[in-house]
Amino acid sequence: MLHTVNKSSFERNSLQTCLNTIDDSSVILFIEDGVINAANNTKSSMIADLATQGRVFALQGDVEARGISSKLADNIKLVDYAGFVDLVVKHGTAVSWV
Amino acid sequence: MKFAIQVNEGPYQHQASDTAFQFAKAAIENGHEIMRVFFYHDGVNNASRFTLPPQDDRHVVNNWASLNIKDADGEPELVVCIAAALRRGMLDESEATKNSIEGNNLHPAFRISGLGQLIEAGIQSDRLVVFGD
Repeated sequence: MLHTVNKSSFERNSLQTCLNTIDDSSVILFIEDGVINAANNTKSSMIADLATQGRVFALQGDVEARGISSKLADNIKLVDYAGFVDLVVKHGTAVSWV
Repeated sequence: MKFAIQVNEGPYQHQASDTAFQFAKAAIENGHEIMRVFFYHDGVNNASRFTLPPQDDRHVVNNWASLNIKDADGEPELVVCIAAALRRGMLDESEATKNSIEGNNLHPAFRISGLGQLIEAGIQSDRLVVFGD
């Protein structure tokens, strides 16, 4: 499954809820304010293991709009909207954590 | 692949509608079909033909209309939830007449219908993607 997270974990606990829920084959895509979770900060430890496995993505336009391109945590994969569509196609059910 | 999209937020307040539009546009450009977009809750405000943003800003309503999402008979598949729409003052000509209200504000690229259309979209599409806030 694909899980999209659109809020920073400084604002809501949707990322934590998502991480508590997902199975071993799921991937996470950060969109909108959710890309804050992809920044290299104290919260990035939450996703470090998943990112190492290549299972964490962030929407490039939203990353750039928030000025954090140079501050991304390791192993985060950037995608554009076409990449977003491809992730939905590839991973089946898309769950939106809002 | 056949996509359905649900939009739960209005334009300009949250990013959800913009993200949903960019997703739909990218899907179409990459050879996929958007069989329906269902506007629910405050999402019904994406359908107002009275929307007039400043000239240098994106026009969210016209953006949705420009995707030209229709069924085989040419009926709009930008579908607005009727209960969510009426309680927010979003009316088409038929609902305005039925309720003896002068004027209507639904953009012609959209149509008003019931929640069953969302369920149907979930069944008939390969993927249903939800955008909200």
